[in-house]
Formats: sequence, C-alpha cells, structure tokens
Amino acid sequence: MRHIISILIENESGALSRVAGLFSARGYNIESLTVAPTEDPSLSRMTILTSGSDEVLEQITKQLNKLVDVVKVVDLSEAAHVERELMLIKVRATGKDREEMKRMADIFRGRIIDVTESTFVIELTGASSKLDSFISALDAGLILETVRTGVCGIGRGDRILKV
Amino acid sequence: MMISGAEIVIRCLQEEKVDCVFGYPGGSVLHIYDALFRQDQVKHVLVRHEQAAVHAADAYSRSSQKVGVALVTSGPGVTNTVTGIATAYMDSIPMVVITGQVPTAYIGQDAFQECDTVGITRPCVKHNFLVKDVKDLAVTIKKAFHIAATGRPGPVVVDIPKDITAQMCAFDYPKTIQMRSYNPVVKGHLGQIKRALQILQEAKRPIIYAGGGVILSDAAEKLTQLARKLDFPVTNTLMGLGGYPATDKQFVGMLGMHGTFEANNAMHYSDVILAIGARFDDRVIGNPEHFCEEKRRVIHIDIDPSSISKRVKVDVPIVGNVADVLDELLKLMDGNFKTDPEVANWWKQIDEWRGRDSLRYKQDSHIMPQYVIEKLYEVTGGNAFVTSDVGQHQMFAAQYYKFDKPRRWINSGGLGTMGVGLPYGMGVLMANPGAQVACVTGEGSIQMCIQELSTCKQYGLPIKIINLNNGMLGMVRQWQEMFYSKRYSQSYVTSLPDFVKLAEAYGHVGMKIEKPEDVEPALRKAFTEHKDDLVFMDFIIDPVANVFPMVAAGKGLTEMILAEDL
Ligand SMILES: Cc1ncc(C[n+]2csc(CCOP(=O)(O)OP(=O)(O)O)c2C)c(N)n1
Ligand SMILES: [Mg+2]
Repeated sequence: MRHIISILIENESGALSRVAGLFSARGYNIESLTVAPTEDPSLSRMTILTSGSDEVLEQITKQLNKLVDVVKVVDLSEAAHVERELMLIKVRATGKDREEMKRMADIFRGRIIDVTESTFVIELTGASSKLDSFISALDAGLILETVRTGVCGIGRGDRILKV
Repeated sequence: MMISGAEIVIRCLQEEKVDCVFGYPGGSVLHIYDALFRQDQVKHVLVRHEQAAVHAADAYSRSSQKVGVALVTSGPGVTNTVTGIATAYMDSIPMVVITGQVPTAYIGQDAFQECDTVGITRPCVKHNFLVKDVKDLAVTIKKAFHIAATGRPGPVVVDIPKDITAQMCAFDYPKTIQMRSYNPVVKGHLGQIKRALQILQEAKRPIIYAGGGVILSDAAEKLTQLARKLDFPVTNTLMGLGGYPATDKQFVGMLGMHGTFEANNAMHYSDVILAIGARFDDRVIGNPEHFCEEKRRVIHIDIDPSSISKRVKVDVPIVGNVADVLDELLKLMDGNFKTDPEVANWWKQIDEWRGRDSLRYKQDSHIMPQYVIEKLYEVTGGNAFVTSDVGQHQMFAAQYYKFDKPRRWINSGGLGTMGVGLPYGMGVLMANPGAQVACVTGEGSIQMCIQELSTCKQYGLPIKIINLNNGMLGMVRQWQEMFYSKRYSQSYVTSLPDFVKLAEAYGHVGMKIEKPEDVEPALRKAFTEHKDDLVFMDFIIDPVANVFPMVAAGKGLTEMILAEDL
C-alpha cells in the first residue's frame, strides 16, 4: 500500500540524514522525499512517499517517532488529505510540434515557463498520477528532461499537523 | 566568569556527578585533557585502545545505575570507538562519548585526523551532536546525559571541535532540560494495565518472560514481588539474567537458543505471556512462524513502542517504564487477584520438563567448562560480578552461574562483541571498587582486547580472568561440527601464547590449570591469596565440549537438541 508520511522535525543539520539513514538501515523504501522549513523556521516538514504492509508502516512511524529530532509524525493517507507534486518538463518544440506541445500543456493545465526557438519548459502540478499521464501522453522522443519534486501533502479540514 | 570550552566540558561532568571517565588523549582533545589535569574530582582511566574505553564506560554503566563516560580524540580515536558504541546501543546502555573534532574551520577539508564522527556513529547511537558554538556546549552536554539515561537508554556522542574547547564563555549548567521533540513515556496506560490483569487472571499456562529492560529500569525487586503474587514461572533472556533470582523455585532458567528445556517449552506452550522489557529477538524465540503456531495471548510491557509487535503480534501493549508499570500492576492486584487453579497443573508439567535436567553434563578426565563455572559460583558465593566475552564460554557462564541479583552479569547480548570481557571487568571495578570480578572468556576473545592487561596493572584492577581455553573458536567450531559436516574452516587457533608468561609479562599472576581436581583449589587461591592481584587463570578444558540445549538457527523453540540426544 502507498502511504504518505508527514514529519515535523527540528531544523538541525543532519536531520535529513537521520531520516534517510533510518529508511536505508531498516530496508524501508522511499519513493520520494521532500523537505523544507515551515512557517516556523526552527522546524522542517518532510513528506515521504513510501509503501509497505500495515506492519511495516506501523514500524516506520514508530521508528521515526523514536528519532530524537522528530517532533511529530502522521500518516496522511490514513484520512482525508490532498496531495500535489510539481514537475518541470523540457520538450523539443519545433515545427508543428510547437503547436501540439502548447495544446497538450493547455489540456493538462500546465504552463509554459521558458521558451526558446526549439524548446519549451512546461510546469505542471497535480497528483502524481496526473504527471505520469502527461508524460505518457507526449511523444517520448520529444521529452528532453524532466524534474519532479516528489509528493507533498496536507490533511483536509481540521486535520492539522503542528506543534 | 568566563572559562574555556574545555573547562566547561569538565565542569559539566562534575555537575553530572561523573567520578570517572575512560579515555585516550590526542590532538583535538588536548585542551580537554589539560582541563582534566587541573582538577581532581573527575578521575580518568587511561586505556590502551579506545575500543576498551567505550566498553569500560559501558560496563561502568551496566554495573551501577550511572551513565558511563568515554573521552577520545578525533579521527582514529573515534573510529576505534565504533564497536564499543554499537555494542552499547544494541543493549540500550546509557553512555556519553565525548569526541574531539578538528577545528570548525577545517571541517570538511580532509584535515589531519578528521572523520565525519556524526555520520559514522549515527546508525549506532541513540543521538549525536556536533557542537558548533561554545555557547551551546553546556546545554548540549546536559541534553546528552538526559537523552542517554531516559526513555529507552542508549549511547550519545558529543563531537566537539578543538577551537570550541579553547573559546571562552560563561558557564551555566541547566538544572533541567525541556525538548519538544523528546518526551519519553513513563507511566503505562491504566486501561491497558487493567486489561492485562484480567488476562493474567484467566491464564492457565502462563509465563513471565523478562529481559534486560527489568535490569535497566531497576525493577528486579518489583518483578520478584509480582511473580510471587502471581505464582507464575519466570524465564529470563540472556540480558535479563539477575533480574529474577536464579535460585528461586519459580525460575525456569534462561530461554532461547541455549535456554533450558523447561524454559523453552514453557514459553512455547504457554497460553499467556507476560513479556517485560524483552523484545522477542531471533535468539530468543527461534523461528517466529513456528513460535506463532501456538495460540496464546501476549501482554508486552516496554518503554520502546517500536519493540512492541515488531516480531510477534501483541494483544495488550503497555508502553512505559517497566518499574512504573509494575508498580501500577502490583497496586491494582492488591487484594483482588486470584491465580487460576489450573496453574497448579501447569507447574506439574513444568516440573516434568525440569526432570529432563537439560543442563546435565559429565565431568571426566578433561576439565569441563561447565564444571569451572559451577566451581566459580561456589567459590564466589554467587556474589561476583561476572563479565564475559562471546562464544561457548559466555553461554556456559549464563547457564551455570546462578545470578540472584541484577547488574551482576555483564555481557554483550545484542551485538555479541568478542573482546568486551576484560574492559568490562575494568568498568565494573571502577564503579564497584573492592568487588569480586570474574571475567569468563575464551582464548579467542581475550586476545581481542588483551592490551588492557596493561591498564589493569596501572590502576590495580584485580580482575580474575577465567580463560576457558579450548584452543578453538569453540562456538564457531560447534556450528561447523553440527551444520557443516565437521569442516573446521579457520576455527582452530594454533600458536596461542603462553598465557601464564603473558600475564607475568604485564606484571600479573598467571596460573595454568589442567586437571579437574585443581580447578577449585586454583579458584580459591585466586580469590583469597591473590585477592588483590589480577590473576589470569588458563583452564585447559575439553576442546570439543558443546553448548546444549541448542535451538539451531531457523528452528522452533521446541526443536531443541539436547546433550542426551547425541
Ligand atoms: C568481534 C567478533 N568477531 C567474530 C565473532 C564471531 N564469533 C562468535 S563466537 C566466536 C568464537 C569465540 O572463541 P573463544 O573466545 O575462544 O570462545 P569459545 O567459543 O571457544 O568459548 C566467534 C569467532 C564475534 N562474536 N565477535
Ligand atoms: Mg575458545
């Protein structure tokens, strides 16, 4: 099962390596990981996309909680939440492909944020599956480069992760 | 008043009532060693290898209730400590390791004797710190002691760059510390404790399975009270020995890979397990699938939530400090608890298992290792601190020395580190001056930290080394005999030193004992006439004695091989 774990952690140097080290040492997988300071700069918020059985997920949350720098851990996917990922994708845009690329970006509500004679950079946000569909909708030969942030997510309504 | 960072370090140790640190100097801790020189409250034991400093600090902690402290220099000083830190980590031993680091401005430049201490130690510490500002130094050390000793204890490393130890700062040691990210649970959940009590009342084939957590939380007496009230059998893990009196009739012995027939059977066929400060590890329950074939209910008391339901599903988890939870249990039980009458039948079954006498052995022409331990027990009146290394001798010590008190059995359970025995003896003696200390070891293990004989000379540490010399890496040989068709690959140690001469070369007393009838007199002599000497007793034992019972790796707890089967 796919799970999104949100972590509030002291914004200390080495905090990221403690979390990453825990996952590799115990053989948990990380599909994506994003981290940045919160509105309180002494805290960072990390979002990890992982997968595993219920038992494994229980261990992941317990082990994360055991890290001395970790303030709070929640499994966002346990209840209502929204998730988004940002992708920047550089495509070849020449001749008739130029028009086609623009059309595709529009359909997926992407924005073209860099234009040269032969390339576009398209910015796209959404659920990870939407970004996947965009990639598969394009002619693979025209994709020059992609970069994705990994998932970040937040609970809906009153579900708040704060100290 | 402004004092230097180095003086702050020492003042912090004084505030923490540390009376002794184990260490080894070097470039980046010179300021700290200078500050150490200019005071006499904190003693320093100069080891001969940093690994031994950490082992000694670890045993200082295991044998007392205090936090052990080690002090080493950067680079190789630190890398030498890693085995010791990992050993303490696996057994949850509270310890603070202070390491020197190259000056702040040099960090990351591959400076002389630089290593990424925080990175190298991260996977084997409870927590670690790199101090970047002298103003944070005292608070960081306070945090280190706090983290090491609370919750599930463990080693904490404080890495201090040399320039920080030279800078001047006012000293203000915080009395208490608050950390929003670290608030270990102490009290157990009352509702869960009540549920546990209900289940204990219904139990017909109960067992109390108690581990190192009982020792760490100083709950041995409470456990005894509880067991008496319940009238349940008690088994201890290797780490829990001494947490329940071994000579008590409710004690069924150690369980696990080399546990007794009765302990392993009682564990397996129980209908209720009360697990206390133990973690169902692979050497304890054998194959988990086999273990879970029997239906039973499990109550698990542990301070670390991640130890609960990790390997065996638990019905009633109680997260909390063992001593506090036992207190609560005892309080609730008072006057309104009745052990199920069927438990009497369970005891009959257990006595039948006991009748197999699974620790029986025959003493004939060779000295048997079991015999040496039994005599050691007699000669020391069961009162010695026994440290051990890792191998067959360790298992013999665990099986045949009957520990009635906690913190007397000092060994590396989790990591299984050969070489700990001698430095453990040093740590025990520094924490318990005048105590009887026996180090049960093998000719393989003792050579891993043999250099510490020199430290023992310097500080007059009269450890009695019981070298069960089988001329083999015995535990390895046993596995090769049983599972590798006797292909003895690299388990035979030729060219052993003459241990008597070796001991004498270091200024100690050496004895070689080759006949069974000499075992007891030699031990008596060592503990009386040579009370104040380190005595290296080289017992030439049966080279092929094996440890039984044995649950082979991957097998179930009841699939024991007994000595009588062979
Ligand atoms: C540092 C280390 N290296 C290797 C091992 C693997 N090992 C476990 S027991 C053992 C043999 C120990 O031999 P000895 O100290 O002579 O004890 P004996 O089993 O003969 O009593 C070895 C090599 C270990 N536990 N620790
Ligand atoms: Mg040996």
